[in-house]
Amino acid sequence: MRLDWEIAKRGWRRYAAYPWATAAGVFTNTIFGFLQAYILLAVFRHRSHVGSYDAADTVTYVWLAQALIMTVYVFGWQELALRIRDGAIATDLSRPLDPQRYWLAFDLGRAPYHLLFRGVLPFAVGALVFRVHYPSPLEALAFAGSVALAVVVSLGFRFLYNAAAFWLLDIRGVMTVAITLNLFLSGMVMPLTFFPGWLRSIAHALPFASILQTPVDVWLGKHHGADLAGVLALQALWAVVLLGLGRLALRGGARRLVVQGG
Amino acid sequence: MVEPVLLWRRLVGAQVRSQLQYRTSFLLDLFGSFLISFIDFLAVLVIFHNVPQLGVWSVREVALLYALSSISFALTDLLIGHLDQFPQKIRDGNFDILLVRPRGSLFQVVASDFQLRRLGKAMQGVLVLVYALAALHLHWTVGRVAMLVVMIPAGVVIFASVWVIGACLAFWTTDGGEFTNAFTYGGNFMAQYPIDVYASWLRRFLCYLVPLGFVCYFPALYLLGKHDPLGLPRFLQFASPVVAVIAAAVAGTIWRGAVRHYRSAGG
Repeated sequence: MRLDWEIAKRGWRRYAAYPWATAAGVFTNTIFGFLQAYILLAVFRHRSHVGSYDAADTVTYVWLAQALIMTVYVFGWQELALRIRDGAIATDLSRPLDPQRYWLAFDLGRAPYHLLFRGVLPFAVGALVFRVHYPSPLEALAFAGSVALAVVVSLGFRFLYNAAAFWLLDIRGVMTVAITLNLFLSGMVMPLTFFPGWLRSIAHALPFASILQTPVDVWLGKHHGADLAGVLALQALWAVVLLGLGRLALRGGARRLVVQGG
Repeated sequence: MVEPVLLWRRLVGAQVRSQLQYRTSFLLDLFGSFLISFIDFLAVLVIFHNVPQLGVWSVREVALLYALSSISFALTDLLIGHLDQFPQKIRDGNFDILLVRPRGSLFQVVASDFQLRRLGKAMQGVLVLVYALAALHLHWTVGRVAMLVVMIPAGVVIFASVWVIGACLAFWTTDGGEFTNAFTYGGNFMAQYPIDVYASWLRRFLCYLVPLGFVCYFPALYLLGKHDPLGLPRFLQFASPVVAVIAAAVAGTIWRGAVRHYRSAGG
């Protein structure tokens, strides 16, 4: 536990070391937030609801998505893949510490940094300019838990597609497909509520909704009581499944790993 | 004027040949670039699944805006997108090498690290353009054909000027790269939709001051023969080439000024 804590602190520090990068990211997320908010608000000139979302829910979705974009890390992540490719993974495997546990701890240190420094400010700007939905204390608490689970699901997924590097020399193709699926089916590009029914069903049957749409809907109070417990349990289930698959991939990959040179 | 073009062709040609050596890898990258940029059009379709019109714009008309912006942006990305890695050149001191060579520094940056796979982005724009033109049944006049031919290069020059100005930021901070993304990737996102959906303060900032409204909104009004919902003067629909020239002049001046004040960190 002490070890995980120390690794997590390094995850935080890695990103805290570049305050200008953080400021630039906040600015960019805020611009994207404004653009998407106005585009989606134009939809509500024609109708008052889309699915269960009204205009305030949709605008809240937009700013939460921008606030969480780094926290749940939907873009490319290839730190593990690069270590597999250059052979550094051999060192990792010979340490008395499991690589998956290392990256999970590291990511759980990184995520709070991004939530606080990349998330709070864009959301605050959005909340100043637009009418947004605020959660009840209970919803806020459930949201915090849901975000934490989303980070684990996201890391589980990223670890899995990175492990493809044990079999492929170049995972760029795999990674692009993975990012595309994640961006679209997590609800990062458009809220899943806006999707046609059949596509929404597919998205909810896959782990991606647990990465963004679920925390957002928890904030918006779309889930109550047993239903709320159900979606959180589903997130936890996906976290376990993806981490389990990642573990299998790591074990299988390590067995066939050949590191060239010395 | 001819010499830099020939030199650029030789430099870029060599990079393209080397990238084509790994045929499968290249095709996968091309497809990946196609796929990931196509998400933005899926977003347009998702919106129109819920409404027949966005303001006064139909899905076909927005598809046209989307396609024109995507194509201009993708071609810009193909030509100079590697400016995104420019801060790295400053940080590791490699920019200094360019300064002692007998060619312009911007030219050398732009002629290095050309990635043909970015063409995939343009391909999805062309696909959407074909759909939009087939669905719209435009009445083609000489003026409209000329507009279509001129607006794409004008759009490329506008996007490229924004990109260059953004890259200049690296002379002051090498961590601020993502700041530029707000205007390049963000500019493309903005220009894919009719600008009358945005609040007026955002329009003033991103469409007129940063002249991204001239990439496709104004020329597209002319192509569509559409009444401007913003009620702006008609001559703006023909202003894109002029705006492009001004933007390029501003970008060139800022780059030269920044290089003049550049002090290497040594190394």
